[in-house]
Amino acid sequence: MAKSNFNESYDKYPGGGFLGKPGSGEAYKTGPWRTEMPKYDREKCTDCMLCWVFCPDLSIIVKDKKMTGIDYDHCKGCGICAHECPVAAIVMGENDSYQHCEIPGSQDA
Amino acid sequence: MPKSVALTGNGAVTEAMRQIEPDVVSAYPITPQTTIVEEYSRLVANGVVRTEYVNVESEHSAMSVCIGAAAAGARTITATAGPGFALMWEMLYIASGLRLPMVMAVTARALSAPINIHCDHSDVMGGRDSGWLQLFAENAQEAYDLMIQAVRISEDSRVKLPVMVVYDGFIISHSIARLDVLDDTQVKNFVGEFSPSNSLLDVDNPAFVGNFDGLHGIYFEFKRQQEDAMLAGKDVFLEVAKDFKKLSGREYGLFESYKLEDAEAVVMVMASTAGTAKKVIDEMRAEGKKVGMLKLVSFRPFPAQEIANALSDKKAVAILDRALAYTGLNSGPLYTETTSALYDSANRPKLSNYIYGLGGRDIFPKDIREVLNDQLQIAAGSKDVVRGGYLNFRN
Repeated sequence: MAKSNFNESYDKYPGGGFLGKPGSGEAYKTGPWRTEMPKYDREKCTDCMLCWVFCPDLSIIVKDKKMTGIDYDHCKGCGICAHECPVAAIVMGENDSYQHCEIPGSQDA
Repeated sequence: MPKSVALTGNGAVTEAMRQIEPDVVSAYPITPQTTIVEEYSRLVANGVVRTEYVNVESEHSAMSVCIGAAAAGARTITATAGPGFALMWEMLYIASGLRLPMVMAVTARALSAPINIHCDHSDVMGGRDSGWLQLFAENAQEAYDLMIQAVRISEDSRVKLPVMVVYDGFIISHSIARLDVLDDTQVKNFVGEFSPSNSLLDVDNPAFVGNFDGLHGIYFEFKRQQEDAMLAGKDVFLEVAKDFKKLSGREYGLFESYKLEDAEAVVMVMASTAGTAKKVIDEMRAEGKKVGMLKLVSFRPFPAQEIANALSDKKAVAILDRALAYTGLNSGPLYTETTSALYDSANRPKLSNYIYGLGGRDIFPKDIREVLNDQLQIAAGSKDVVRGGYLNFRN
């Protein structure tokens, strides 16, 4: 059963699917799209930031110029970070610990 | 002061464009629309208009640029024909799906193959489900008038859909005709300023255009919005036409009823052939025959109820299509859509369908006369309906 963020009648939707508010992508969880998951070892990390530079989904979390984690709500498991990491601090592994949804993309914001 | 001029159809459309002075024009040349591209870019180069002319490498890119421009809040006009129309087909749906106002002139041309540069309606019929309004002009005067009205119709907040003004390639685009043009101020005042509801250039209200609907999204609901807007287009068309009449004295309806009221035998047709039909109808009326015509102007939105009302009490109606639709009835879209419109009517005329003019094949007064004579006999009960007549066809 599809859910949507729009609870009013269809004629109230913004014409043409136009969005006037930035940042709506954040509310759209693409984590469930993964089949593999990046596993991160802080001990090996040198904070070179290559994973952050290359991640297409802005899913490498950085604080005070240090790599602090991965946003598994949005990481799609593409493996680019693991591919780019020069010290193999990120390795692709089995998709665990993250709750799978039955229908991808159907969560409420 | 309005004045009387002699211009080709393309010349008339270019003149309308010059007076409207859109913010952006991006068009790729293709026969028989080329003289619009040539002349309008000359006007831009000579500083006669302040339009930004964007040269592109294909019609697909032309429509893409128009979409970007309209999304940025620019008043946008373009033009194409035939295979060029087909090449931008994907983008037509995007323009209407994004609810972007814009106007496109189409010099109706046959789609290849075989390659044929002459007139038929196969190109625009391929876009009849694209969500664009489609207005058919009989001649240069109508092409000029409809381009100006199209700007207002398209930009109306109840519509916000792109509009194409269609006129017959070569037949109208390249023949010189006398027409009355308005003066520049009249046109400027009529179209007014474009106030887009959203604009990519409005930095205080950042906009995101062309968004992903999401898996299991709400595409269905957006499409219904488009349908509502298309239907609203009928009312908006008539309102704009009323204003245009005040300005020009010329009145436009969703269709033109030519000696239709008491006609027993009717021909239903679009675009330039209506001009030929008017001449034949006048001659036959002088001979005492009760013939008439329904000339459809607004093919999209298709005024189904209005057509049913106009035709249901007629005895015999011939529908002439200038495009094939492979319906299994040797018919084109105009026939299938009109029969749908009449399906629920208690009274229905005997309907015949003819194909004519594909690839620019001429249609002569004698052909229209043959059609109307057929209809008179059908109305009298002495002949069966013509299902799949081919006019002026080489055997």
